[in-house]
Amino acid sequence: MPQIKEILETMDYGPAPEAADHVREWLKAHAAGFGHFIDGRFTTPVADQTFEVRDPARDETIATVSQGSSQDVDAAVEAARAALAGWSATPGHIRARHLYALARHIQKRERFLSVLESIDNGKPIRESRDIDIPLVARHFYHHAGWAELIASEFPDHAPVGVCGQIIPWNFPLLMLAWKIAPALAAGNTVVLKPAEFTPLTALAFAEVCREAGLPRGVVNIVTGDGATGAALVKHPGIDKVAFTGSTDVGRLIREQTAGSGKKLSLELGGKSPFIVFEDADLDGAVEGVVDAIWFNQGQVCCAGSRLLVQEGVAARFHAKLKRRMATLRVGDPLDKSVDVGAIVAPVQLQRIRELVAKGEQEGATLFQADTALPQNGCFFPPTLFTDVAPASTIAEVEIFGPVAVSMTFRTPDEAVALANNTRYGLAASIWSENINLALDTAAKVKAGVVWVNSTNMFDAAAGFGGYKESGFGREGGREGLAEYLVPAWLKSLPKAEDVPALTLSALPAETDAGGAATLTIDRTAKLYIGGKQTRPDSGYSTTVRDAAGAPLGQVGLGNRKDIRNAVEAAAKAGAWGAATAHNRAQVLYYVAENLHARAPEFAQRLLATGASPERAEREVAAAVERTFFYAAWADKYDGQVHATRSRHVTLAMHEPWGVMGLVCPDEAPLLGFVSLLMPAIAMGNRAVIVPSVVQPLLATEFYQVLDTSDVPAGVVNIVTGEREPLARTLAEHHDVAALWYVGSRQGCAAVEKASAANLKGTWVSDGRVRDWFSAEQGQGREYLRHATQVKNIWVPYGE
Amino acid sequence: MTQDSSPIQQDGTRPSRAKTALQTVKSVLPKALVGPSEHRNPGTALKPEWFDTIQVNLSAIERRAATMGTRRSVKKNYQAAWLVKAITCIDLTTLAGDDTPGRVHRLAMKARRPLRDDLVEALGLGDAPPKVGAVCVYPTMVAPAVKALRGSGIPVASVATGFPAGLTPLPQRLAEIRYAVEEGAGEIDIVITRAHVLLGEWQALYDEVAAMREACGPAHLKAILGTGDLKTLRNVYKASMVAMQAGADFIKTSTGKEDVNATMPVSLTMIRALRDYGDLTGERVGFKPAGGLKTAKDALNWLTLMKEELGHPWLQPDLFRIGASSMLADIERQLEHHVTGQYASAAHHAMA
Repeated sequence: MPQIKEILETMDYGPAPEAADHVREWLKAHAAGFGHFIDGRFTTPVADQTFEVRDPARDETIATVSQGSSQDVDAAVEAARAALAGWSATPGHIRARHLYALARHIQKRERFLSVLESIDNGKPIRESRDIDIPLVARHFYHHAGWAELIASEFPDHAPVGVCGQIIPWNFPLLMLAWKIAPALAAGNTVVLKPAEFTPLTALAFAEVCREAGLPRGVVNIVTGDGATGAALVKHPGIDKVAFTGSTDVGRLIREQTAGSGKKLSLELGGKSPFIVFEDADLDGAVEGVVDAIWFNQGQVCCAGSRLLVQEGVAARFHAKLKRRMATLRVGDPLDKSVDVGAIVAPVQLQRIRELVAKGEQEGATLFQADTALPQNGCFFPPTLFTDVAPASTIAEVEIFGPVAVSMTFRTPDEAVALANNTRYGLAASIWSENINLALDTAAKVKAGVVWVNSTNMFDAAAGFGGYKESGFGREGGREGLAEYLVPAWLKSLPKAEDVPALTLSALPAETDAGGAATLTIDRTAKLYIGGKQTRPDSGYSTTVRDAAGAPLGQVGLGNRKDIRNAVEAAAKAGAWGAATAHNRAQVLYYVAENLHARAPEFAQRLLATGASPERAEREVAAAVERTFFYAAWADKYDGQVHATRSRHVTLAMHEPWGVMGLVCPDEAPLLGFVSLLMPAIAMGNRAVIVPSVVQPLLATEFYQVLDTSDVPAGVVNIVTGEREPLARTLAEHHDVAALWYVGSRQGCAAVEKASAANLKGTWVSDGRVRDWFSAEQGQGREYLRHATQVKNIWVPYGE
Repeated sequence: MTQDSSPIQQDGTRPSRAKTALQTVKSVLPKALVGPSEHRNPGTALKPEWFDTIQVNLSAIERRAATMGTRRSVKKNYQAAWLVKAITCIDLTTLAGDDTPGRVHRLAMKARRPLRDDLVEALGLGDAPPKVGAVCVYPTMVAPAVKALRGSGIPVASVATGFPAGLTPLPQRLAEIRYAVEEGAGEIDIVITRAHVLLGEWQALYDEVAAMREACGPAHLKAILGTGDLKTLRNVYKASMVAMQAGADFIKTSTGKEDVNATMPVSLTMIRALRDYGDLTGERVGFKPAGGLKTAKDALNWLTLMKEELGHPWLQPDLFRIGASSMLADIERQLEHHVTGQYASAAHHAMA
């Protein structure tokens, strides 16, 4: 060590190593290898069924863990299943005590867990110590609270069941907490697979579960690679899959779980914009970039990796940023003075290098400060690319490394356009001292989490999750908890009989109308697109018949082009989502008023389908009432202000999806149609709706009501025709953000599978039949929840 | 800090009366305090465009400030060296109504020999024992301080200009500066008129500080902004920038008498102003946090702040001072612990 006199000249920081003795000792004690944690016990590792875990900073093996086989997954799911009845029946207060004990035990082991996390993952000890582990404890405390309150705050809800949870390597223990805490609070049991690169803190957590007295089987940990994960996802004993990881794997999981009835939440990749307006605190924003992309080596799904800087201040901002980059210290994650640690594994380092090389090839300007890197281990210096354009590869793909790319914009509109010019929608960071501009931008950015004058802030009380191909579902807060609950009635719905999909004939009906002497004027039911009645693109129509088979009229046979046109019309009607909720309520009331005025006509139509007069009248009345119901809700489905940090407003806003596809049930042709349409448009969505295939004339009659009720063009688009092809086109359409489908099990499976194209939010009937006349099953908050997504906007304040 | 015998650099924008006033002051300076030539911040014309549109986001700056002490850690010999460095940057201060020549003498003796000899030896600094940066007193205490420090090379800093409120009439405040300089102060810690900042009267603030700088002559001017009174960080930034434009050699947070004194967010704001000023002019201006810094840990945090935000030159007493009275005692105890491995008693260290 240099003498004090020498240090007085250099004023270097010197080494500041965090002691790792206890962790080394623990690893040594487990030198024989780790088993899985199943049913409260660790299994004995089996030779040849293990893999090595490495410390990426020292390039050395630190542990051997078990590669989970499908038998291991079976055993874990079985244990979770066996524990489910007991755990879900455990009173909320007792579950709260268990979660509280977990939180307490994590705090008592905080330094051990921090050091272990840094050794396993390569993240700086400063981060694991000050960010990861405190947030883990906070998550368990918060959800201990939810366990206490769940019965009163979520009446008539039940746990989903056995949850299969797969977590990534970037925040190993924190992601575990985000998955396990809400699941347990809600009464579910869990099989969790940690990431292959970073399984150690999950195993340490298993020890904590044992130590804290959690009942056996409630939490099971199976280690392994993607094959283990796939076995878990596909396991028939799993009721819900929760996954955090790459968009590619998320897409695969969506396809694999399609039609299984498993509830699914996905938290996927991102390429989140970091917008710096000219009136921002530029030095503050520079620190924001540090926290955005040089936090956790940039291996953060919500990293602000895409800088958008207003052109007039770009040169100054980049100069400040480059100067700041020079003071970032890269090195041993266990050194307390290190800002940027090790990349998790050589394969990830290779990917970063390749993408950076690609960026240079494509002509972007690379800047790396003169940063010293350790000789060994997986390290990459903080990197900034300027002169990047949306067409650059590095502006498009998620690098998942310490690499920021920077572009400029001229106006706020252009900033928003650039921000949204991505397939992802996880997070956004907005820097401006003008509250009007900041909140306007926050509202317009398509992202699940928006940080104003801040970045990468997390709290158990706020929801986290993405729009678009960043996934669906939320973690944290009330909205996150909902992912682990289902309405109690949903579980007991009867299964629908499997009926083959109806094939519609375009041939003329063979019945003889008899050359009636007083021929009524022929009515032509068309499609309804963009506020206009339009002929089907196909030029074909099909005959609609009553229950006895007698022709009732004809409807157009819509095809994929009609869907395309309808989606385009819906996309143009964005003003509907921006209108006041009061305004939308007025329109819905007007629809109800006009529907009521024509009640006899609709009842007549229903009679013709074979409904009894009493039932026909009841269905029309119910449709009017349901429309009123959602008109009432339009301005009352409020968001929340979450209690996160002091001097912060964390707004959980309910935003419409945008364009929704709605595929209606065959039964209750009027009420089913209204039950799907009204919540969707009340929340500000625009709908492309495929009505009952059997009785579409109720829907085509309905557009006359829409026409007379001030419903703006494009808000409701009706395409009649064969359900499955139309549903498939909607499911595959990249501009349809969400899809509701009521129909057969096979139909549900097909729609869910096709929805993987853009990872749209789907809500399907799972081949179960609900009672549309029931106030519990046919309407309510569950519909509104599925008609919206929650955007959390963090607004720190203070002067 | 040594005195400047060469003419102050002029950029032509400063009032021409500066020169004559300066010469007057210089002619009465005691010879002993006139040191080698040294470049000083010449200031600029008042340039409101450098600060008019400045934005400082409190929450953002608080987040940065909160991690300043957690992102860096110095241990063992490094920590000892950093603490010794802190000693050399301390303006050992007494600014109390009951100050007497005897009290000031005691303080000066501590300034000369801030560390026990056995500790100095153990730290390997026997051939160059540390001294504090300066001794800071009221104008009437300058003479006893100068006397007690003669031959030590430690400058005497004097507060002036109606410290701490700064609301006496300007001629009296300028006269007070001249008095302190004549008594032998090498550095003058002036207080600005906070009202000028609160009312946005930048020209008035500029003129005031420029006049004070003239009155200082070769003595270095440290501008105390009274940040606890300015309240908003935007005000802090603007006041910093105007003080530098008017030729301040140092900008200093507080008098130590406000409700809130040197905080990390305030310091960070001033440092950003200082850095921006450096970018725009190429000049280096010093920084002095004062009030509220009491512990060795505070010293390490502020040194880290300087190193991170401004770099190595600002780790030296010519560009960094800590206004403190009790901090030294804590540093001594920490250094003794470093040397002996045993926790120290304050009674074993000479009181200031």
